[in-house]
Amino acid sequence: MSEKEIDDISGVETTGHEWDGIKELNNPLPRWWINTFYITILWAIGYMILYPAWPLVSDYTRGYLGYSSRAELSQSMSEAQVGQAVYLDQIRDASLDEILASNELRQFAMAGGRSAFLVNCSTCHGSGAQGAPGYPNLNDDDWIWGGTLDDIYLTIRHGVRFTDDWDTRDSAMPAFGRDGILGRGEIVEIAAFVRSMAGLDIDPALAARGAEGFADNCAACHGESGEGLRDLGAPALADAIWFYSSDADAIAAQISNPKHGVMPAWGARLDDGIIKQLTVYIHSLGGGE
Amino acid sequence: MIKHEAIEKNAFLLLVLSFFAVTIGGIVEIVPLFYLENTIERVVGMRPYTPLELAGRNVYIREGCYTCHSQMIRPFRDEVERYGPYSLAAESMYDHPFQWGSKRTGPDLARVGDRYSDSWHVEHLIDPRALVPESVMPPYSFLVRTSQRTDDIGEHLEANRMVGVPYSDDMIANAERDMRAQVDPDGEGVDGLLARYGDNVRIRDFDGNPDMLTEMDALVAYLQMLGTLVDFELYDADAPENLR
Repeated sequence: MSEKEIDDISGVETTGHEWDGIKELNNPLPRWWINTFYITILWAIGYMILYPAWPLVSDYTRGYLGYSSRAELSQSMSEAQVGQAVYLDQIRDASLDEILASNELRQFAMAGGRSAFLVNCSTCHGSGAQGAPGYPNLNDDDWIWGGTLDDIYLTIRHGVRFTDDWDTRDSAMPAFGRDGILGRGEIVEIAAFVRSMAGLDIDPALAARGAEGFADNCAACHGESGEGLRDLGAPALADAIWFYSSDADAIAAQISNPKHGVMPAWGARLDDGIIKQLTVYIHSLGGGE
Repeated sequence: MIKHEAIEKNAFLLLVLSFFAVTIGGIVEIVPLFYLENTIERVVGMRPYTPLELAGRNVYIREGCYTCHSQMIRPFRDEVERYGPYSLAAESMYDHPFQWGSKRTGPDLARVGDRYSDSWHVEHLIDPRALVPESVMPPYSFLVRTSQRTDDIGEHLEANRMVGVPYSDDMIANAERDMRAQVDPDGEGVDGLLARYGDNVRIRDFDGNPDMLTEMDALVAYLQMLGTLVDFELYDADAPENLR
């Protein structure tokens, strides 16, 4: 180790260590690499001083800059709210009719309502509000619980058969078959009559036999001529719009052991201003009353 | 230059100095974990999973839902406006392992609870594209036909207790009964279930088939609970101790 020895073949300095005549070359890491490594260590120390880093016994180091991603979010949310406040405050204070009447507010509500619809409602009602079997189409004139602004607002806010909300819209159709109120034959006849009310192809004799059963069991909620009853969320039956299916077997199955649609209440989840925007948007979709 | 030779030729010195170096590394990495508790927010409403929810969580993990769905709403405006309040550390304190996830092919599920109806979940799991045409999620229709195993749920609770979830002896002893009680709102086990886990438990037949306790019941019970436990009205997000 006393003086540097240069290896003849490679021209590189050796470490001076020798094992059985084999010597080790001394190829140090490049200077730039070592320096970069030291800089990363310094960077880490600086980072620990400036930003939150170490959990301590009762707290954690908060860092010289006092950075907090949550505080940053809180600030960006309040900035956004200030920006929207001009319209949002008016929307919160205005009645639904007033929003519809004001050009400016309606445009704001339509844009906000559409984006809220895509985030929250499209999963069930479809991205074009076209619905799916069991999930109503919102573009048509057939409203189960009502299509006025106030009706739509109430439905969004409190949901349908949503047990956690006391003011939710609620009703239940009896299970005519499961609970033995009607026999199998009667149910098939009534299903045929329901199809005939909607003008669908069916054996007229079979349908005629179901008329009395319909009048006795179904008309109280669905109306004598199948026009439906919104107070109870009983769908209109004498039209071409079917909530589940127009198939005779499916209708019979629904009479026998009905499915009941559930919609969550959004009042606890969304701001009232957003619900009002959603109401205006859905009302505009084509079937608003 | 540093004389390595002195250390390398003295086994005892080498041992002592290596032990010293490893100890420092160990302390720096391990000791902060003992004080993790103080990074968990104080919240009202968190409780351990009910046996049925825990079974649903096991189905969730078994089916690899986490490969496409995260359960971690980050504190950014776009996420908070889409999904709801950002996830708190407290909300995954009973998760072993946590389901934060690092990839979203599907949406985040941290607050999916109460967002859709039970029947939506069931229909969607049976055939995702029937309800969401643009979805790429695979169907899980077999869950409605697969009965949920109940005899080992007490052991699952016990295993969770070993890693720190505060399940009581009472909860473990009644795990199987509580599991059945959660899908039977008119049954006699309901009071015991509520007494053990509090009022914030959804008790109903989740899959629409009251005759059979299925894995679909368990999974939907789990999904409908996600993100609904913490009472955000009693949580001050801007309090200094809650800012991270």
